[in-house]
Amino acid sequence: MIKAILIFNNHGKPRLIRFYQYFAEDMQQQIIRETFHLVSKRDDNVCNFLEGGSLIGGSDYKLIYRHYATLYFVFCVDSSESELGILDLIQVFVETLDKCFENVCELDLIFHMDKVHYILQEVVMGGMVLETNMNEIVAQVEVQNRMEKSESHMERMLLRRHLEPLSPHSHELG
Amino acid sequence: MALKIVKGSIDRMFDKNLQDLVRGIRNHKEDEAKYISTCIDEIKQELKQDNIAVKANAVCKLTYLQMLGYDVSWAAFNIVEVMSSSKFTYKRIGYLAASQCFHESTDVIMLTTNQIRKDLSSPNQYDTGVALTGLSCFVTPDLARDLANDIMTLMSHTKPYIRKKAVLIMYKVFLKYPESLRPAFPRLKEKLEDPDPGVQSAAVNVICELARRNPKNYLSLAPLFFKLMTSSTNNWVLIKIIKLFGALTPLEPRLGKKLIEPLTNLIHSTSAMSLLYECVNTVIAVLISLSSGMPNHSASIQLCVQKLRILIEDSDQNCEPSVNACMKYLGLLAMSKILKTHPKSVQSHKDLILQCLDDKDESIRLRALDLLYGMVSKKNLMEIVKKLMLHVDKAEGTTYRDELLTKIIDICSQSNYQYITNFEWYISILVELTRLEGTRHGHLIASQMLDVAIRVKAIRVFAVAQMATLLDNAHLLTGNVQRKGICEVLYAAAWICGEFSEHLDNPTQTLEAMLRPKVATLPGHIQAVYVQNAAKLFATVLKSQEGNTDSTAAQETSQLMIDRLPLFVQSANLEVQERASCILQLVKYIQKLQQKDVEIAEEVIALFAGELNPVAPKAQKKVPVPEGLDLDAWINEPPSESESEDEQPRAIFAKEEPKHSRPRHTEVDEKELAKRREARKQEQANNPFYIKSSPSSQKVYQEAPGVEHIPVVQIDLSVPLKVPGLPMSDQYVKLEEERRQKDRADKKKKEKKKRKEKRSGRGKRHDSGPESEEDITPAHMVDIVTEEMPENALPSDDDDKDPNDPHKALDIDLDNLMEMAGRRPLADSEKLPVRSHRAAEVLKSPAQDGDAESAASQEPKKKSSKEKREKKKDKDRDRKKSKEDKKKKKKHKHEEKGEDLLGGQAEEPVVQSEATSEVAAPPTSTTAEVSDLDFWLSNAPVPSNTQEAATVVAAAEAAPTSEVASGTAPDSEPDEPKDTETEETKSSKHKKKKQKKEKEEKEKKKKKKHHHHHHHSDGGGEESVQNGTVEEEEPLPPMSNYCLLAENSYIKMMMEDADKVNDIQGNLQDGSQVVVSVIFENKCDSFLKSMEFNVLDSLNSKLQRPEGSGPHDGLTVPFQLPPGVSNEARFVFTMQSIITPQKLKGTLTFIVKNEDSSTHEKLDFKLHFTCTSYLISTPCYSDAFAKLLESGDLKCSSVKLEGVVMPFHHLLARICFRHHFSVVERIDSCASMYSRSIQDHHVCLLVKTSGQTVSIDAKCDEPTLLGNVLDEIKQTFSQC
Repeated sequence: MIKAILIFNNHGKPRLIRFYQYFAEDMQQQIIRETFHLVSKRDDNVCNFLEGGSLIGGSDYKLIYRHYATLYFVFCVDSSESELGILDLIQVFVETLDKCFENVCELDLIFHMDKVHYILQEVVMGGMVLETNMNEIVAQVEVQNRMEKSESHMERMLLRRHLEPLSPHSHELG
Repeated sequence: MALKIVKGSIDRMFDKNLQDLVRGIRNHKEDEAKYISTCIDEIKQELKQDNIAVKANAVCKLTYLQMLGYDVSWAAFNIVEVMSSSKFTYKRIGYLAASQCFHESTDVIMLTTNQIRKDLSSPNQYDTGVALTGLSCFVTPDLARDLANDIMTLMSHTKPYIRKKAVLIMYKVFLKYPESLRPAFPRLKEKLEDPDPGVQSAAVNVICELARRNPKNYLSLAPLFFKLMTSSTNNWVLIKIIKLFGALTPLEPRLGKKLIEPLTNLIHSTSAMSLLYECVNTVIAVLISLSSGMPNHSASIQLCVQKLRILIEDSDQNCEPSVNACMKYLGLLAMSKILKTHPKSVQSHKDLILQCLDDKDESIRLRALDLLYGMVSKKNLMEIVKKLMLHVDKAEGTTYRDELLTKIIDICSQSNYQYITNFEWYISILVELTRLEGTRHGHLIASQMLDVAIRVKAIRVFAVAQMATLLDNAHLLTGNVQRKGICEVLYAAAWICGEFSEHLDNPTQTLEAMLRPKVATLPGHIQAVYVQNAAKLFATVLKSQEGNTDSTAAQETSQLMIDRLPLFVQSANLEVQERASCILQLVKYIQKLQQKDVEIAEEVIALFAGELNPVAPKAQKKVPVPEGLDLDAWINEPPSESESEDEQPRAIFAKEEPKHSRPRHTEVDEKELAKRREARKQEQANNPFYIKSSPSSQKVYQEAPGVEHIPVVQIDLSVPLKVPGLPMSDQYVKLEEERRQKDRADKKKKEKKKRKEKRSGRGKRHDSGPESEEDITPAHMVDIVTEEMPENALPSDDDDKDPNDPHKALDIDLDNLMEMAGRRPLADSEKLPVRSHRAAEVLKSPAQDGDAESAASQEPKKKSSKEKREKKKDKDRDRKKSKEDKKKKKKHKHEEKGEDLLGGQAEEPVVQSEATSEVAAPPTSTTAEVSDLDFWLSNAPVPSNTQEAATVVAAAEAAPTSEVASGTAPDSEPDEPKDTETEETKSSKHKKKKQKKEKEEKEKKKKKKHHHHHHHSDGGGEESVQNGTVEEEEPLPPMSNYCLLAENSYIKMMMEDADKVNDIQGNLQDGSQVVVSVIFENKCDSFLKSMEFNVLDSLNSKLQRPEGSGPHDGLTVPFQLPPGVSNEARFVFTMQSIITPQKLKGTLTFIVKNEDSSTHEKLDFKLHFTCTSYLISTPCYSDAFAKLLESGDLKCSSVKLEGVVMPFHHLLARICFRHHFSVVERIDSCASMYSRSIQDHHVCLLVKTSGQTVSIDAKCDEPTLLGNVLDEIKQTFSQC
């Protein structure tokens, strides 16, 4: 089981947090801080596993992380997960992000946290790995995005009918 | 309406969306909190609006704020509103927010049930998907209960996208609502073979999670997983399955054997490191589960170690350095697993591991340290620790250095200082460690110093000298504020110097050092020890000075105390103050006496007389309640007989000289005992490695000559250890090396001498090959005093599981669900609840049809559901049929192949022949399942193991069809140890065969089938004779293994007596199954039919009933009895625990049919399962037997039988026959015997006879079982 997925930048600013076990908000922040503290002081060429932070789970849990440019992707997992498998999974996740955002960078994650969540939801569900095939993940994300678009398109049409006299491109103001 | 939409949209245009919020926060870095609070106010306003788009936008922003640590639970209701929007866009936002901030105590969750249910059944698969994803994060027990049925339906959805999500979420549902596991499991199992790989992977994932916590319940899925493993190409699925197998193998070693080959293939073929690593890991698990030392597995171990070595040392240029580091880390991790069972194969890679200590990655260094812990031996300890000390010097950063320090101490002190050959060296290591700056582990070093000084008597002189130096240079330790942690060492130093002050060279100087004003700056508890031990020292000093003619020295010492102590009297620490003032008064009084020239040293010394021995922390807890002592019983009742038993000598089975078994009277006995005890003590005292374990050690201590008399090898220290802080342990390494060389040379010399003396060449024990562990003699004759424990201390049993583990509730037996068709149908209460008023709307799966009945109270519905149920039953029946057919076919195939039909009897059609009608075990689902698994496992391609062969033979013997039985039973005879068979034994065998015939006649059975029982008893008898002399011994009296169970004027039920558990096959495969054969004999001259056998199940033991019958239904005996005919039926029982005997009440009902009338009759009986009946006579070789006894895992007990008048070999045969033992070795009137229970407990007996007294000493790993077996043996002999 995956217990938590944390993405934060080189300064420890959270970009996405996803806990699969309930923690109160202040506890979540403390876990992020502690994890950042553990991970950030490590060289880039040392091992990507850390034995459990004391806050989550204890000795059965491991932190498995990868550092990409300005971002840390940290998965907290228990012993039922294969360490190297999770490393691969992080890679799949990041590649998927890259495909969906077209050359993903930290800013994408900052401004589209919700979209990142939706992508993650196609990879991991309730702490268990749902899909590891990138094409399948991307396909599902795209279908849902299209649905969203068509819904907003319908709304726009509806709007346009009522708003014609006001402003034809009003939706772009938002 | 239209206007409202327009208005809402316009509002929305001016609201911030998520991007605006983020941008805003980034632009307000200085007053972020303030900015956010205004944003939250805006959001609150937005949430008040009716427009769902506005609300959704607000909720989306809240989700972002939640990530920043803001509590947004106040908006929970709005989130629910957004969730229930009909638009996918908003729904998704709502569910995302809910999944981020809902939890079990969010009370609005209960409002969501219907909404979620609606979404789950939405025609749009993405609505369903979003709902499932959200639910997986916030499912509560209530939601799980209410929605389990809907989710289960979705597991068969047409879209794989939904199926895989539904399958995954079931795990969460199980966790929250364990009752759903049983009803849902068959479908979950189906999904393992789903055409979509994603769904398959999800099902594997869920079952692996379930099985990880309760592996035994999933053992029967092994064949399916095995198939998946060999067919799947999805690495993710493979990894999960292989991990699962790693958890299953410890439960079923045969599985491991089957796995080795495909795993090895994968290791060779895969390019994925993750898969390779998991394969290696599981191979290791397999090898651990198999008993080690099998030659054909050393190749696997070598392969693993080799691959791991590559993992550790190779760095792939294509990989990131961090990933290479990961491999290194994992390689070391796996190595440490191998190390536990195959230390030799890892130890050869010591170089590699020491190299890892230099790695820049701390976690790799720590792993390497862990490995070193297991790699040390007497030979290399000093060398390894020396390396570690170097690292201590180099290590920057206190955490790693502290880790090193604790590891050094762990390594040295492990298993009671097993690897330390030179304690002076160890003390100097400890002293060196005190130089560490800023360590937190001062107390650890201190406790080691105390422990070693107390327990290793021989080292005290040296330790005291070292401690005195430490005390003298205390300023070095305390001078720096940073060194606070290390001053704990002074606590130990002061105590050691005080307690063992008689060894001090210059006690006055040490006393002076302990009373320095600077001491007052130490922590209170250390000062207290200083004061107390100063008093001890003072006593010693007085003693030494009193001999002198000059009394001024003594008076000066007193004066010193009187001068210095007031400083402590003023201490702020109560303890220090109290002790100091007490001692000050005492010294003042002493001084007065001194001035009167009174000799008082003896009396002062008496204050501190006596020796302190360490007491184990658990000692009190482990005091066993003496046998026969009932703490609740009345005190006035007569005392129990337990005392006599307690006096029995405890050491049994130590190959005693024959003289011990000579007849002896009780008086002599006592004397003899005392003598032996004395001798033993002497021996122990001379044995440097004897570890005293009994509480009497204290006594022994004072009486025995003790270690003082043992010549201690004095080490001539070339460097006086005066200055602490100088590395000196190195000297020991050199000295040790020299000493060992010398030892070796000596040994060789002796060896030569010996060889000259003895030309026989027998005792070639000391092979002058490479130095082995045992060859290293300790430099010191040390006596490690273990912590005191009460006699018969109970084995530790502290590993309790966490009672809060949610997985405990999921420990549910799933076996009888495997065949879907409701062999043990789900009870109504087990079915997933469906809310009655919704029942019509809800999509229903066929499996749930029956539920409607419980839910619906209306008449019409009930009817329809009943109809449906009937339909379903029909369907099930059909399915079952086809399945059975298939099984038959499969079986047939195997028969043709000539393979053994392990456990196949369940499906075998009942064979009715005139001589025998074999009734196989009732075809219950469990047996079928289990036998399937067994069948699958029995094909394991590794028959090399003798035990395996034995199983096969046993299985063949017990195979159900009479042909097979009669065919193989004689075949199996050659399997008995043939070579030892002499003419005599053969003749005795003939004799026995005759007896067998007699018996058969007597019992009016000419059944071939029984061959194997008799053969079995033959085996026992045969073995009992094998080792003994047979010539003049009379033939064994006939023994029947059937006893009367119940009888009336119509029918007689006989049960196989001692051999009641005759079906060895069933037992060997399943440690909880017992087969009982019952012979029904028609005694009247009417026809008996419709016999039904029923037993009242107990908690522990249950009769296995066929599919579909309730727990109280009887079993139909599948034959009728014409007058005068007898027949046999077998019944399978499942036992939970076999350590105590069981009694089951039962009834046999039958119809007596005459020509003109028929009556219904019944017969009550009691089935008695003795503990003996759980034992299987298993041959055991004497060396294996000896090893078993030495292992120390066994508890012992003994029994004495008086007035046994039968010859010894009869006695043995009787034990063999009645109690299923086999003779291991027999010497004169002494024999060792062995047997094994169906759950693999070893039972060893040592039977000695003298006159009419037979004493049986016994050992077993399960004391309760042993006690019961002994009682039963006693019973057997009291009857004759």
